[in-house]
Order: sequence, then C-alpha cells, then structure tokens
Amino acid sequence: MVVNEIREMFPALSRKVYGKDLVYFDNAATSQRTQSVIDEWNRISAESNANIHRAVHRLADEATQAYETARDAVKDFLNASAREEIVFTSGTTAAINLVAFCFGEAFVGEGDEVIVTEAEHHSNIVPWQMMCQRKGAVLKVLPVDDSGHLMVEKLDELITGRTKIMAVTHISNVLGIINPVKDIIEKCHSKGVAVLVDGAQGAVHCRVDVQDLDCDFYVFSGHKLYAATGTGALYGKKKWLEAMPPYMGGGEMVGTVKFSGTTYAPLPMKYEAGTQNFASAATLKPAIEFINLLNDSELIKYNDSVRDYLLEVLTKDERIILYGVPRGTNEEKIPLFSFTVEGVHHEDLALILDKMGIAVRSGQMCAEPVMDRFGVTGMLRASVAPYNTMEEAEYFVKCLNRAINMLM
Amino acid sequence: MSLIEAENAIVEEFSMYEEWLDKYEYLIELGKSLQDYPEEAKTDDKLIKGCQSRVWLDYKMEDGKVVFNADSDAIITKGIISLLIGLYSGRTPQEILSSDFSVVEKIGLKENLSPTRANGLVSMIAKIREVAGKNM
Repeated sequence: MVVNEIREMFPALSRKVYGKDLVYFDNAATSQRTQSVIDEWNRISAESNANIHRAVHRLADEATQAYETARDAVKDFLNASAREEIVFTSGTTAAINLVAFCFGEAFVGEGDEVIVTEAEHHSNIVPWQMMCQRKGAVLKVLPVDDSGHLMVEKLDELITGRTKIMAVTHISNVLGIINPVKDIIEKCHSKGVAVLVDGAQGAVHCRVDVQDLDCDFYVFSGHKLYAATGTGALYGKKKWLEAMPPYMGGGEMVGTVKFSGTTYAPLPMKYEAGTQNFASAATLKPAIEFINLLNDSELIKYNDSVRDYLLEVLTKDERIILYGVPRGTNEEKIPLFSFTVEGVHHEDLALILDKMGIAVRSGQMCAEPVMDRFGVTGMLRASVAPYNTMEEAEYFVKCLNRAINMLM
Repeated sequence: MSLIEAENAIVEEFSMYEEWLDKYEYLIELGKSLQDYPEEAKTDDKLIKGCQSRVWLDYKMEDGKVVFNADSDAIITKGIISLLIGLYSGRTPQEILSSDFSVVEKIGLKENLSPTRANGLVSMIAKIREVAGKNM
C-alpha cells in the first residue's frame, strides 16, 4: 500500500485552496472522509432512511442493520468483549458527559475525589468539574512535566481513599505523547479507582484493546477517525453500564412506561434515548474498514518517516519551541506538533500558511490549562494523517520558514 | 486628503498586490509602523471583543479631532487596525461617521478573513464608530 493509493480514497484531498494544492494538516481537529464513508451516508439517506429499531418494514430493517453492524465494527475495533458495551454517542464530548453525569449520580458523593490531568482537552475537564460541583466532590489534577509527559509518579500521592474515578487522555490533543494509560489503569485499579480514557486522539493513532487496557470506559469521536461528524462511541464495562442510571430519558431507552414507574431497556439501548444519528453512525463501519487498511508495514514505515522528519526539523530549529517532545523513542509521539515561535504570534503564522494552501490550527486548542502550564496564549499545531505525504511535510517546512521570515 | 480620497488611495494601493501573501506583507509593514502603544493602556476596557488575537484601541480628542492609537499581539491584525487608524485617526467625528467603511470590502479584507477574524474586523470598525459617535 502506498500513500497515493490512500489519498485517492479521499475526495477532499484533491481540492485546491486559493489556487494551491490543499495541504491538510488539521487532522487532529477533524480528519477528512473516505469516499466509502460519504457513499454509506448517501446510501442510507437515499435508500434506507427510516427510524431504526422501531418499525417492521423493510427500510427500517435496513437502517437498523446498518446501525447495528456499525456497532459490531466498533466492538471489534476496540476489542470489547460484548456489543452491549458499545454505546453510540454524538462524539467524545457527549460520551464523557454521559459518564461524568451517570457515574457521578451512582457513585460520587460529598467529599469524594475525581482526578484529571493537566493535559486534558476542555471536554475531559469541564464535565467533571460540573459533576464535582453538583456532588460536592473535589477535582484533583495530575501535572505534566516540561517535556509534556504525565508525572505518573505523582499519582500515588493524589489517590486517596476518597478517589472514585480518574479521567485521562490516551494522547493529548496538544502534546501528542502517548500516555502510559495501561500503567495508570493498573495503579488506579489497585486502589479501587475507576478509569475513563479519552481516546479522541488515541483511537486514531493506537490499536486500542480495551480488554488488554482493562479501562472502565473508553471514548472516541468518529469525525477524527474518517467517519461522519456527530458520531462516536462510549465503551463501558458492563458492570458499570448496568449499575449507572440512564443519562437521558426518552423513546427506545425504556422497557415499560407507566405513570406509576418506568423500567429501562437493556444495554446499550438504555443510554440511547431518542432517534439516533443512524445515517452518520453507520459510517463508522467503512471508516474502521479503512483504518484496518492502514495496518500495512510499507505504509507505516512511510508514515513514521514523515513524523520523524517533522519532529527533527521542529526540534532542531532554534526559533521554534515544540511542546510534547519524546523522551525515549519517537514511537511515543504521534505526528502532531504544537509549537510556538519566539516573537511571532501563532495566529499570524496560521493566516499566512492558510494562504499558502496549508490548513493548521492556531490558538488554545480547547486546552487552556496546557497553555497556562507552558506559559503561552496559544500555539500553532500541525497534525498529520496517514494520507499526508513527505512532499507535503517538506512544503509545510518551507512555507513555515517563509512565514516566520515574513513576520520576524 | 479628504477621507474619501484616503480610502480610495488605500483601495488603489491594495489593488497593486495580486497575491494575498503580498497583501499580508503590506499589512505586516503597516503593523510594524504603528507607533508605540503604552503597556499601561493595555487594559480590559480598551480591549476589542470579538477578535481572536488581542487588540487594544485607545483615543484622545485633539482640536475636535479623534486621535486613535492601537496595538495587537498579532502583527497582521495590528496591520489591519493600523490601516484603519491611518484612515480615521485625526479626523472629526462627523467625518468618521460620514464613511460607510466599505473600504474593507473593496480591498477584499473581509471576505478573505475567516468568519471569526472578520468578526474582529467588524468589532474594530464598530469601536471606531462608537468613539466617533460618543464625541460628536
């Protein structure tokens, strides 16, 4: 498999912006979609648009099949032990909110503690803050060091007899370092603390095995994973999903409804109230099929060479400060590079690169605590996908250099 | 030069640059040429809301004319505010309010900025108009 074969599967990659070839380096925010994903969404919209799970007619059956087949695909993708453990959500944010709310309702009381890390996206901070406020619980923070690694050794002092759950990102959307989540989970479990892993970036760049990780919850978004936006999943161990109360009440999440009381549907429907975003959720299947194609030794070698090249250029350039630098091998870093340039504003760089055809992210990247940790108001982030080429990386470096020179 | 003449001159100046990068280079130069803005005037009440980068706009009245001074931590944004100040500073409130501010559309600034940044531009113009209105 060569990179150009991969590129051809993505119609967006052949477009031009301002007359120049698009170089899409904002993949950590949203990845582009394969033609197969677009086709699946179109197919369901054109041919099988009917409300899932409810009716007995043909269209409803087709829509339900597509939706439930996607659930099986997600189950296999995460290596969950049962399809009941996969709850479809609108994305990572919705999944974390669900867990923060429902876990909080069931298991967190006044004076209890929740741990997050300094490297989290706002989505993995604010829902926990809200829950802690509601419950009178305390939010504690595991810090990151100067190289962008979690200070896991501090976890022992953070965990107390009151700690109920820890929420940790598999890979920070700013730092791009693969966190030792398995060690963290082991440590937390040894002290009776549940763990939610935010896999918004992790599911894209790591082969996730929730049984091997032994995490209690794992969440991810479809739109960063080549699927349609408004999709995502929550993996939860059955024991938790069964013990927690439902999140939203509504149609399809119920057993029987009487004014004297309601019983709830079995998993996973208990957490899927209302008509689901089935046309989009179904695209998770072709997206995961595409991801399986990426597991090709030639391609992996090529993708790694692009990462290594950018890592080397950005660490060696003295004008650039890179945040999230691997301590050991490059394998602990995903091709996601957030940096600042001395004396140059990130917004200016992003504006100029845009006019050169390069899409990058600038700003706080929904992670203000990380910005504060490193004492900056924002960063520039280039995040690379398996469909990006070495030529694009070289063009990016050339343009970045030109932009810096324009602004210095 | 009357305000209309000054606005037309800017439109003409910009039309010389075909490439957007050249326009940015021009704005960067304009940004650099903006006179020093005192650190102590970088207060929240002078901060223009709606901009992605931080922009401060201060003014004083001199002989019935509004004299603006501004700063931003991003240089292209600073160039844009510098361009606006170049046009509207040192003019009477009546003159400022007589402008329809279509100059930013004529030079293609508005349509070529992302909506979030275009909002910042709209906020800058609103602030200039507000200052003029207050000092009529």
